[in-house]
Amino acid sequence: MASVNQREKNSQPKSNKKLVIRLLWLVVAAAVFGFALVPLYNVLCSVTGLNGKTNNTADLSKTVVDKNRLVTVEFTSTVMPGLGWDFYPQQNRITVHPGQVETVNFLAKNVTNQPVVGQAVPSVSPGQASLYFKKIECFCFQHQELKPGESKVMPLRFYVSPSLPQNIGTVTLSYAFYSVNK
Amino acid sequence: MSSQATVHHDHHDDHHPTGIMRWLTTTNHKDIGTMYLVFSLIMFLLGGIMILGVRAELFQPGLQLVKPEFFNQLIGVHALIMIFAALMPAATGFANWMLPLQIGAPDMALPRLNNWGFWLLPPAAILLTLPFTLALFGIGDGAIATGWTFYAPLSVQGGIGVDFAIFAVHLLGVSSVLGSINVIVTILNMRAPGMTLMKMPMFAWSWLVTAFLLIATIPVLAGAVTMLLTDRHFGTHFFDAAGGGDPILFQHLFWFFGHPEVYIVLLPVWGFMPQILQTFSRKPMYGYKAQVYSLWAIGILALVVWAHHFFTVGMPVPALLYFMYSTMSISLPLAVLFFCWIATIWKGSLTFETPMLFAIGWIVLFGIGGLTGLVLADVAADAQYHHTYFVVAHFHYTLFAGGIMGIMAGVYYWLPKMTGHMFSERLGKLHFWLTAISFNLTFIPQFFLGLAGMPRRIPDYALQFAEFNMISSCAAFVLGLSQLIFVYNIISCVRGGKKATNKVWEGAEGLEWTLSSPPPYHSFTEQPVVK
Ligand code: HEM
Ligand SMILES: [Cu+2]
Repeated sequence: MASVNQREKNSQPKSNKKLVIRLLWLVVAAAVFGFALVPLYNVLCSVTGLNGKTNNTADLSKTVVDKNRLVTVEFTSTVMPGLGWDFYPQQNRITVHPGQVETVNFLAKNVTNQPVVGQAVPSVSPGQASLYFKKIECFCFQHQELKPGESKVMPLRFYVSPSLPQNIGTVTLSYAFYSVNK
Repeated sequence: MSSQATVHHDHHDDHHPTGIMRWLTTTNHKDIGTMYLVFSLIMFLLGGIMILGVRAELFQPGLQLVKPEFFNQLIGVHALIMIFAALMPAATGFANWMLPLQIGAPDMALPRLNNWGFWLLPPAAILLTLPFTLALFGIGDGAIATGWTFYAPLSVQGGIGVDFAIFAVHLLGVSSVLGSINVIVTILNMRAPGMTLMKMPMFAWSWLVTAFLLIATIPVLAGAVTMLLTDRHFGTHFFDAAGGGDPILFQHLFWFFGHPEVYIVLLPVWGFMPQILQTFSRKPMYGYKAQVYSLWAIGILALVVWAHHFFTVGMPVPALLYFMYSTMSISLPLAVLFFCWIATIWKGSLTFETPMLFAIGWIVLFGIGGLTGLVLADVAADAQYHHTYFVVAHFHYTLFAGGIMGIMAGVYYWLPKMTGHMFSERLGKLHFWLTAISFNLTFIPQFFLGLAGMPRRIPDYALQFAEFNMISSCAAFVLGLSQLIFVYNIISCVRGGKKATNKVWEGAEGLEWTLSSPPPYHSFTEQPVVK
């Protein structure tokens, strides 16, 4: 018994310290993993279109129009808190053939008495469709500035890629307009 | 556990500080365990008062008592307090008190760290609740109002309450990680000679899994709320869609922690509950090995199923299927545990002292929690049940019945050991029956409200829900008031009562029962040998 006690007394603090250091590394690894999830998630999303982000611009040259198929495209708009604008699509839905280029106008009006800069952020649902929604020209590519009381027609030129999966018949494009503080 | 132990203990006459300084500076595992448990009880009552405010508002349709903003704050802070300041500290309190006694160690491995771990909690609790008070003086707009889940973008836009809650989470996180490191080192390095891993009490195993889960997930939560903080104040855009961020990312980060968290608060209970069951059945625990493997299986699976909390955000079908099946697969090891618990009491010579009443009630009620979880794990069904009162009822069957009532079983089981006095059985039984009945009356109606479509976290509701909400609110007040019996029973047990024997319960087994009740301030200064 005495010898056991002796051994414990001498050896324990050291081996405790080693174990604590190992465990602290584990904590660090978990923290790194947590932050690594951010780029991992973003890569995963841009490869799969998981979160409906549509930052891809189009190249028109090799698209063929698929006359045998019709896809409904719906538009919604949201003005985020802090932006004193009216903002809405001129038409709520449109039916297109895949590959067919269309233009839809959005109307924006600054209802405040100050110049305001905004940025529109698009999102497509269902998420899988976002890879096949191609924008040729969009007001969301740049910041938009409106003078007090100014209205502006904001065009969006787009097409839906013919390789859109067959089971998707309706694609909804939603814009959230945020204010950009300068 | 069928180990025999020989115990020697010398009676030291160490002089330690008295009064407040004793508690501020103590490194004694029993003192620290007591502080954790007392803190937990106080927070349990505080969180309870908050939710009674909510139930009072929900007594009738319409807005009567509180403003919707305040209602949201009450709900969020209630949950944060109950999970982080009541359940987790209670489990850590038991770990401090009982782990060294159960494995024959003189103290926790890192006593000073242990003291810091505890003293981070009161400041965290103050941070969580202070914004309520500040709002009274016109500073800020109250506590965090996002619910306990901090979802962006609401949490990015929220007031100073969010910042306070973020710092509280940081403190709580550091405290939990310190506590976990201490538990792991204690269990791995300080066991009595002869106590191999496979001879450890189940409570030690369950805490080992818990501690590893905490170390794996708390840093991710801390990271997530830190990103939230920098989004709020330092111009980053992790979760802010305006800057190219993604609010859904927050949900992934949060639930990567959040799902394991629900097991973190329950695993310690799964550890000591079989010990209680075997004590009052007077036969050995059934399926020791199966239980150990199941605990690990659940711990590991818990890390890979998180997205079942947001099936409805628009995931692709393969992801939905993966998270559905992996979630459902957790019920397999959980079913093994249930089987072992029932087999442990099967054909035993049962007696129904208060701890046993709580243990049996716990098996039944926690079972309902698990089964309703299985319903929610079904993607198709969850589309309807998500964010309704069905979910609320589900997680109260797991967290209140499975967690709090489990902890209460533990309190009644070990209180005579800790204080040296028996509590009042009569009051204990009364407390059990009032709690069990009013708990069911509070939450069974909520299952039906959820099925009928009543959304959670909304202060007002459609007329069709009125009767069931009224029942639920009345029962909730009975449930709350019944806890005063618990408090009274504990206080009078600390103050005096029939002297407890060393063994306390006829069928009790394990090293903690070989010591006197209460155990000497320094126990096992010479380690017992386990054969
Ligand atoms: C077989 C076991 C279980 C399954 C399959 C399961 C499944 C689920 C699912 C799918 C949800 C999400 C529901 C929704 O929001 O639509 C959920 C919510 C929840 N579960 Fe479970 N669960 C199980 C056991 C547990 C246990 C043991 C606990 C706690 C100790 C627990 C605590 C919770 C909590 C706290 C929530 C709600 C979180 C929130 O949204 O605030 N569950 N459960
Ligand atoms: Cu979960």
